[in-house]
Amino acid sequence: MRLERRAQVPLHLVIVAPLVAVAVALFLAGGLIAVAGVNPFGAYAEMLRGALGSRLSVTEMLTRATPLILTGLAAAVAFRARLWNIGGEGQFFVGALVTAWIGHSLPVPGPIGIPILMVAGMAAGALLLAVPAYLRLRFSVDEVVTTLLLNFIVILFVGMMIEGPLRDPLAFGWPSSVPVDGDFRLPDLVPRTRLHIGFLFALAAAGAIWLILARTVFGTETRAAGLNASAAAFAGISLPRTLMGVALLSGALAGLAGSVEVLGVTAGVTTTMSPGFGYAGIVVAMLAALHPAGVVAAAIFVATVFVGADAMSRVTGVPSFIADVVVALCLLTMLVALMFTTYRVRR
Amino acid sequence: MTPALELRGITKRFGALTANDDVSLSLSQGEILALLGENGAGKTTLMNILFGHYAADQGTVHVFGKELPPGQPRAAIDAGVGMVHQHFTLAGNLTVLENVMLGSEPLSSFRSARSAARRKLVQIADRFGLPVEPDAFVNQLSVGERQRVEILKALYRDARVLILDEPTAVLARPEAQRLFETLREMTKQGLSLIFISHKLHEVMAASDRVAVLRAGQMVAERQTSQTSPDELAELMVGRKVERPVRQGHQIGKPVLVGENVRVEEQGEARLDDASFAVHEREILGIVGVSGNGQAALGSLLSGLIRPAGGTLTLSGQDVRTLGPRGMIRAGVGRVPEDRHADGAVGELAVWENAVLERLRSPEFSRRGFVRRGACKSYAAGLIERFDIRGATPDTRTRLLSGGNMQKLILGRCLSIGPRFVLANQPTRGLDEGAIAAVHAELLAARAAGAAILLISEELEEAVALSDRIQAIVKGRLSQPVSSDDADARRLGLMMAGVWKEDGHAA
Repeated sequence: MRLERRAQVPLHLVIVAPLVAVAVALFLAGGLIAVAGVNPFGAYAEMLRGALGSRLSVTEMLTRATPLILTGLAAAVAFRARLWNIGGEGQFFVGALVTAWIGHSLPVPGPIGIPILMVAGMAAGALLLAVPAYLRLRFSVDEVVTTLLLNFIVILFVGMMIEGPLRDPLAFGWPSSVPVDGDFRLPDLVPRTRLHIGFLFALAAAGAIWLILARTVFGTETRAAGLNASAAAFAGISLPRTLMGVALLSGALAGLAGSVEVLGVTAGVTTTMSPGFGYAGIVVAMLAALHPAGVVAAAIFVATVFVGADAMSRVTGVPSFIADVVVALCLLTMLVALMFTTYRVRR
Repeated sequence: MTPALELRGITKRFGALTANDDVSLSLSQGEILALLGENGAGKTTLMNILFGHYAADQGTVHVFGKELPPGQPRAAIDAGVGMVHQHFTLAGNLTVLENVMLGSEPLSSFRSARSAARRKLVQIADRFGLPVEPDAFVNQLSVGERQRVEILKALYRDARVLILDEPTAVLARPEAQRLFETLREMTKQGLSLIFISHKLHEVMAASDRVAVLRAGQMVAERQTSQTSPDELAELMVGRKVERPVRQGHQIGKPVLVGENVRVEEQGEARLDDASFAVHEREILGIVGVSGNGQAALGSLLSGLIRPAGGTLTLSGQDVRTLGPRGMIRAGVGRVPEDRHADGAVGELAVWENAVLERLRSPEFSRRGFVRRGACKSYAAGLIERFDIRGATPDTRTRLLSGGNMQKLILGRCLSIGPRFVLANQPTRGLDEGAIAAVHAELLAARAAGAAILLISEELEEAVALSDRIQAIVKGRLSQPVSSDDADARRLGLMMAGVWKEDGHAA
């Protein structure tokens, strides 16, 4: 048996691969559910019902999908250029923190303030990724290490800020930062639910990223540099500039995720506000084969797992950590599936 | 006598493509057989079937009279067939000895087998005249030495029939000559050899017999002594191929001038005090054994590195610090040495590669957005004008053959009517038909007024195309000689570094 590279990956495989990967991941996680003494089929049925069974649960799922779309786009943009941004979680938190900080006392009306706050969150995320990108360009420091470790630094910094200077004096129990001013809360998309118009911003971002990658000079140069850096440099494309551009874009998207989550859902920042949106974004991007449209679909799937697992846990008693297991397994099975789409097995 | 190897009626299809069509072939003991054919003629497929990498759809393989089970490399190895791949399959972080042992010794007894393996390796190396240092790490060896390790690996497994896939593709000419001398010695020890090639001169020089494969079919077999390069070329291509001939004409003003140029990499001089001038309507050939500074000269003129000293001007303008994009804008066309690594992005479409160098020009983009329509019709024009076969603007570039990819790269830099063209090994690895096409395009660009600097390791090519020739030796350039006065002996001396400073070979 040996592997042979396919001349061209057929479209149906591109679409089928993530579906098979997800099915295998669910099958494997089903084994764990069975070990916990629960019928996996029943558990998955509860999961589906919990995420998609009612109007409220669907809106809750889409609320959860919103930051995932943005962190998924952040990972997809970076990975395409072979910038291994594992720091989506940290960029999410700085975006959230800066938004809450400025948004607490920004003296402008809502319609002006909201864009300002989102741009501030994006800038914070972008700057946070610009540092590892610069270190890679200047000193060849591996960005996998720097971006990953920055996550912990950022989250500890957030913890320090919300227990210190940014502590909300009105919050009891869990420490939380001061909330953004009520004027800057994003309007609901569906009345009397948590789903806010940030979801539309995320969809618009996916469209914009597709447009940038597929149709602009910057996007074309980025793809060329990601696929063959040496040929891109020979053709006169500046690799440092391309990489830095990608870093700013990717960091901005993850920062926007944090910003939108604060403006749309939490109002204040807590260290527990993200169930790993940044890391899950990596899974979303991989399941999407780094394609912006796929990111939306994959984010909705991952959100379904997250929200559904909570409901399932309440009904069946299987710990909701099973959601993390499913999502992590999806990453592994997707990597295997990608190998089979790129290569064919020959006897 | 039983033939060492016999293929009978081999047929192999990949989908609609018939890679081998009823091919039969036999190899006598102690014989060197050259398997000649253009890229894509089915040579490598045939050898992969023989070695068991692929199973044939029809036909059988016999080694010393015994039929091999199809599709089992293990069986082929046990029967005494060894293969030396074009792209080496060595682990660079292991020693020569470890590489040789890998795969043939069980890992569990790795340590105890070591000294026995070392004895066997040294003995084989002695017997076949392949000197090697068993404890050297492979990534510290030269390309020629690595190939020697590949051969030793096959011999260590008691190969009696050795298949070499394009063995000279990665070798400089003296290394290639040494290889063929070694191969000749090996046949005296009873080995039988097949080497795959598309280079006529080495087939003529090194083989006893030639089998010619064209479009999957065996079209001819000849005793090497009873054939000629012209006949073989015609058999291989299926029609008469003539390389275009350079017409003499008046050269114009100097375009690209380098004076006392020095290029350093990691503190070492790669080009040293090099002076050259390329004129309008002139091809200046740079000949030399590979690794003597050609890469640095190529990078310098592509804008990838800056000179550490000297001057470099294009029509009087200083171009030392322009960079790749600046060079392109200044009207410099560049054909890189390695078309896969530097020339094109394989995973992008043909149209994207066609415009990659000039994506930011108003012709191909507006306000940061790519004008896809304009780009694709430009690419379609290139495909038409430069006869890029098997391509549409949307084809993935990786799927083009080497020759057609080269035509795309050449078309990309020639279509703008460049003032100066750098052609670095423009025909390396190409088959006869594609070589003729590339030569014709370079000569057409010359006639249109371009100044062209041709870096080549093929003497015939350099002499045929160039108006003047300079040799490059250890980063230094000889004085130019007119190619009309340059015979093989004189150029050979120049490439060995023997020249008087007044420009005449000693």
